[in-house]
Amino acid sequence: MGESVHTVTTMPTARRPGCPFDPPAELLDARRHGPISRYTHPGGKPGWLITGYDLVRSILADPRFSSRKELMNVVDFELPPAPPGEFLLMDDPQHRRYRKPLMGRFTVRRMRLLTERIEQITADCLDAMAETGPPADLVTAFAKPIPTIVICEILGVPYEDRGSFQEQIDTFMGGETSDEELIAAYTATQEYLAELVAAKRAKPTDDVLSELTDTDLTDEELKGISLILLAAGFDTTANMLSLGTFALLRHPEQLAALRADPALTDGAVEELLRYLSVAKTFMRTALEDVEVGGQTIEAGTTVVLSYNTANRDPERFSDPHVLDLRRQSDGHLAFSHGIHQCLGQQLARVEMRVAFRALVDRFPTLRLAVPAEEVGLRPETADIYGVKSLPVTWDEERS
Amino acid sequence: MTTAFLRVDRELCIGAGMCALTAPEVFDQDPEDGRVLLLHAEPPTARRTAARMAAGACPSGAITLHETESDSSSS
Ligand code: HEM
Ligand code: SF4
Repeated sequence: MGESVHTVTTMPTARRPGCPFDPPAELLDARRHGPISRYTHPGGKPGWLITGYDLVRSILADPRFSSRKELMNVVDFELPPAPPGEFLLMDDPQHRRYRKPLMGRFTVRRMRLLTERIEQITADCLDAMAETGPPADLVTAFAKPIPTIVICEILGVPYEDRGSFQEQIDTFMGGETSDEELIAAYTATQEYLAELVAAKRAKPTDDVLSELTDTDLTDEELKGISLILLAAGFDTTANMLSLGTFALLRHPEQLAALRADPALTDGAVEELLRYLSVAKTFMRTALEDVEVGGQTIEAGTTVVLSYNTANRDPERFSDPHVLDLRRQSDGHLAFSHGIHQCLGQQLARVEMRVAFRALVDRFPTLRLAVPAEEVGLRPETADIYGVKSLPVTWDEERS
Repeated sequence: MTTAFLRVDRELCIGAGMCALTAPEVFDQDPEDGRVLLLHAEPPTARRTAARMAAGACPSGAITLHETESDSSSS
C-alpha cells in the first residue's frame, strides 16, 4: 500500500498536564494515524507499536507471536530465557505446563469463596486508617496492604514473616530506590521464597503453594511460580486501588453514583480497569513474517502492544476518554487476551469489588488532602502506572 | 427459529474464567483443574446472548457457538 506509516521513535512519556488518567498524548495521536506505527525500541532495534484495539487483540490471540523472553529483539545482546516457573515470558507448551496446575486454584468460584476473608482484611485496614487519621496516605493504608495480605495468604507466608516480606516486595517493586537496594531486595525475596517452598514441601499448610508441592514441579520451579504470582499480583492490584480511588475522587458524580448504588460495583471495577489500564504495554515477537494492518512484521521483530491506548480506542468504546461506570466495558484488554490473559483476574476482581465498596461506604466524605496537581504520579517508565502516594482526608464522625 | 449449540475445547482452555463470569448459567469451571465445564450445550433462547458474549470473551478461543436456522416444524 502506498500510504505512509506513522512513526514513533521513542516511547511517548508525557501525559498532558491535568490529565493523569489519559495515555500520553503522543500515543493517542499515533492511534489517530492508524492502529500500527513504526517504532524504535530503546535499545535501537526496529519494531512496531500497536495502538488499535482490534490489532492488539488479534496479535494477542495469534500463536505466530511469542512471549518468550529470549526472543525479545529490543537490545543488542540476547536476553536470557525466563527462569524456571516464570511462565509469563514463555510460550506453550512450557507456559501451559506451569499454568495448568494453577488454573483450578484461581477459578471464579474459588475466588468468590475468598470474599468474606477479603472483606475482613479490608475492614481491618479501614479501621486502622480511621484510627490514625484523618489525614492518611491511601497507598500505604489501603491500596498496598490489601493485595499484600491476600497474596501472603495464597502463598502461605506465615504471620511472623509478613512485615519483613512486605518491606522487601515494596522495595523491589516500588521503583523508587537505588539499583543496589533494588537488587538486594530482589535477592532477599528470591531467597525468602526458596525457603518458603522448602518449608511447604516439608510441612504443607492450607494454601496454594503447599498444594503445588503435590505436583511434579521442582522447588526451583515453585520458587519461580511464587515470584510471578507476587510480581504480577501485587503491584497491579495495589495501583488499581490507589489510582482508581484518585480517579473516583476526580469524578465526584461517578463516585456519588457508585456510593448510592451497590449494584454498580461490578461494572465500576470493569470500567476502572479499562479506563486506567495500569498494565500499560506488553511485547510479543513475530515467529514468522506476519501481515498485520497492511504491514509486514518480519520474523524476529518485536512489537509493543499498548493496552491502555487500545482500551481508549474510539472504534471499540464510544467516548473512550470518559469514565462512565455504567457503560459496557466488557472486552477491555486490561487483563490482556490470549493464552497469557491474567491468571489472577478473578482474584483481582474480588479484591477490587470488596475494597472499593468498603472504602466508599466507610468514608462518605473522603476527599483529596492536597490539590490534585500535587498528587505524585509514577513515571511512564515504570511497568505499572499509578500514584506514588495519595493523601486523603475526611470528616470525622460525630458521635 | 434458530437453534444454537455450544462446543468447548478443553485442550485450548486456559482457565481464565471469562465464561463462568459472563454466563454462569451456561458455563462453570472444573473445581479441580479450572477448565471450562459446559452446563448447557444447547442454551435456551434466554441464555443465548450471554453464551454468545462468553464465546467472544474467551481469551483462548475455546468456545464456539454454532447458530443455525432451522425449520420450527422439525424440532
Ligand atoms: C488489577 C490487577 C491486575 C492486572 C491489571 C493484571 C494484569 C495482567 C496482564 C495484562 C497480564 C498479561 C500480560 C501479557 O499479556 O503478557 C497478566 C498476567 C498474569 N497475571 Fe495479572 N493482573 C492483575 C492481578 C493479578 C493477580 C492478583 C494475580 C495473582 C495472584 C495475577 C497473576 C498473573 C499471572 C500469573 C499472569 C501470567 C499469566 C500467563 O502468562 O499465563 N495478576 N496480568
Ligand atoms: S473463558 Fe475460555 S479459557 Fe477461560 S475458562 Fe472459559 S473456556 Fe476456558
